[in-house]
Amino acid sequence: MTESSAAVFEPGAGDPRFWRDGAIATTVFMLLVLLLLTVDSLRVLTEGGGGNVPAYTVINQKITYEFDAASNMDKPVIGEEELLFGHRYSEAEAKAIMDKGKLVIQSRSCINCHAFFGNGAYYAPDLTKAWLDPTWEKMWMPMTQAKTKEEAMVQFLMHPDRYPTWARQMPNLNLSEEEARAVTAYLKWISSVQTNGFPAGFGRREVAR
Amino acid sequence: MNQSKKLGVQYLTASIVMMGALLLFGLLASIFYLKYGFLLGKLDFNIVKQVHINALIIACLWGFMGAIYWFLPDELGIETVGIGLARLLFWVFVAAVAVVVLVFIFVQYGSSDESGMWLVNQGRKYVEAPRWAAIGIVAVFFTLAYNIFASVAKARKVTGIMGVLMTTMVPLIAVYLIAFPAPTNMSVDLYWWWWLVHMWVEATWELIIGCILALALMKLLGTSRKVVEIWLYLEVALVLGTGILGLGHHYFWIGTPQYWLSIGGIFSALEPLPLLGMVVHAIYDAGKHQMKTHNKPAFLWLIAEAFGNFIGAGIWGFMMTLPQINLYSHGTQWTVSHGHFAFYGAYITGIIAVAYMVAQESRGIREVRGNAWKWAFAGLNIGMVGMVGALLVSGMSEAFIGRALGGSTLDGFMASQSNSWFMQGMIARTGFGVIIVASYFILAWDLATLGRRREKPSPALATS
Repeated sequence: MTESSAAVFEPGAGDPRFWRDGAIATTVFMLLVLLLLTVDSLRVLTEGGGGNVPAYTVINQKITYEFDAASNMDKPVIGEEELLFGHRYSEAEAKAIMDKGKLVIQSRSCINCHAFFGNGAYYAPDLTKAWLDPTWEKMWMPMTQAKTKEEAMVQFLMHPDRYPTWARQMPNLNLSEEEARAVTAYLKWISSVQTNGFPAGFGRREVAR
Repeated sequence: MNQSKKLGVQYLTASIVMMGALLLFGLLASIFYLKYGFLLGKLDFNIVKQVHINALIIACLWGFMGAIYWFLPDELGIETVGIGLARLLFWVFVAAVAVVVLVFIFVQYGSSDESGMWLVNQGRKYVEAPRWAAIGIVAVFFTLAYNIFASVAKARKVTGIMGVLMTTMVPLIAVYLIAFPAPTNMSVDLYWWWWLVHMWVEATWELIIGCILALALMKLLGTSRKVVEIWLYLEVALVLGTGILGLGHHYFWIGTPQYWLSIGGIFSALEPLPLLGMVVHAIYDAGKHQMKTHNKPAFLWLIAEAFGNFIGAGIWGFMMTLPQINLYSHGTQWTVSHGHFAFYGAYITGIIAVAYMVAQESRGIREVRGNAWKWAFAGLNIGMVGMVGALLVSGMSEAFIGRALGGSTLDGFMASQSNSWFMQGMIARTGFGVIIVASYFILAWDLATLGRRREKPSPALATS
């Protein structure tokens, strides 16, 4: 090892093949470990697979986000039935509205202002737990005169230009009602994903502005 | 000059031009943070940002391809095989990029179905390009890989550097394809998407630029092949040894199992090691050759690469990567600070170094002279360090106020964005951005006119 380290600085000594074989061995070993972890991770990530990601029909239930002292992190808690748009989504219906919601999110390039799980852009709020944001009840429901949170979200998503907000203003992205509903359903589902405590303390803290 | 070298010059020129688009859209994007309602409904922030980051990817890819096509004939001693197809594809590539940018700016949003994904925008960070264009990029990669493999076969010569370069072609194409399906489940989508983003930027690209800089070092300083190759292998071992599982630092919060917190934390803490190695290498080489070179700008940009890569990617990355910190720093301007410093330090600086070498050799300049490159070098580096420093101030304010105190809600986010510390950083960022843009124009002018401006007699001489 010492001899090889010296070779790094002193041409003429040492054998590049030693380093080549070492590089190959390291890479192959690490790739194998990654493949094993990937098999396990995908099991945990599959929707409705019993891991961290609930089935899409979770949109029929109440979702909250609570601190779990045992694991020292915030976790989503799935509660009793709480219908979305007053409708009980079957498995197929839930899948269809999620597919649509994801495509709306992609087509409007949402993640180039917002973020999901902290990935995306940082010009607008992270949407991981947006469904659980206390502002919907506190502010948007009165502002949009909607009776439910999901209707307030649809109203806002369809006409964000009518509701200017503090430091940022969301542009009108011409969402149809169907598209706005799909995004709302998607946001409800994604808030149920167990994310190892990210974001911490969501909805339980307040900061002076 | 043979065809491969000509193509190298074309790609490098295109890369430098694309850096201009990258900077102009970056500067534009920064104004959105200063002026409420800026261009709202006309050219929204997401579109501007999208052009900015895609220009970055394209500028890097073109820079790498330019350097590869330039060095390939030197390394193998023959004209690159299949260069005719490659030269044709260059123009197809440039035209396709132009079309995509125009569609982004003028069409902006597609319909929320498959046709929107195929024709307008896939809407996934860095993978916004519509599918038709993404397929085109795959075709270009296959051609590049064919050029390299077929040339190596024809020359019957596999040098260590070529061996590594050939190997990188596999992940370059494979992880790009893996990230295509975009499943509805965002957690699974991001799992594979990170294979693309991380395995490109923190592994494959690091090795490609490593190969390019190895070739550059041999030419620029006459470093022996043996030393360069040992270093390259060491870099491969360390980059992939730490980087493959370093992928874990992107798997903290997307729904993945908890063990990724430990794996990602440990391996990404080790990720700066290979980058530190490159700094040691650069200092050692610089000292050994007493900084004597006929191309000082190229040499200094190489040194800037070594330090920029280590500090921007290594230190700045490590600073925010431990899960206990990342829980609050992830997805704030802190990330932006690291991203800018890392891409600039690891890739842009290296491409500029090669561009100076190519300008010198292609125009037969004995020694690179003048002062313009000094202004560009100083301006770009000061501007970049100033900008990432400013972003760090904003990012830390955002993490502490919006995340830790505010709990990441809409209210918390808005409180962080209107905080005066955050805003001071944003104003300073735009100021340093102006310095960067101005210095870029000096750089572009210098590269364009190097070895050409002396030949022109001055008007005073012409009339006398």
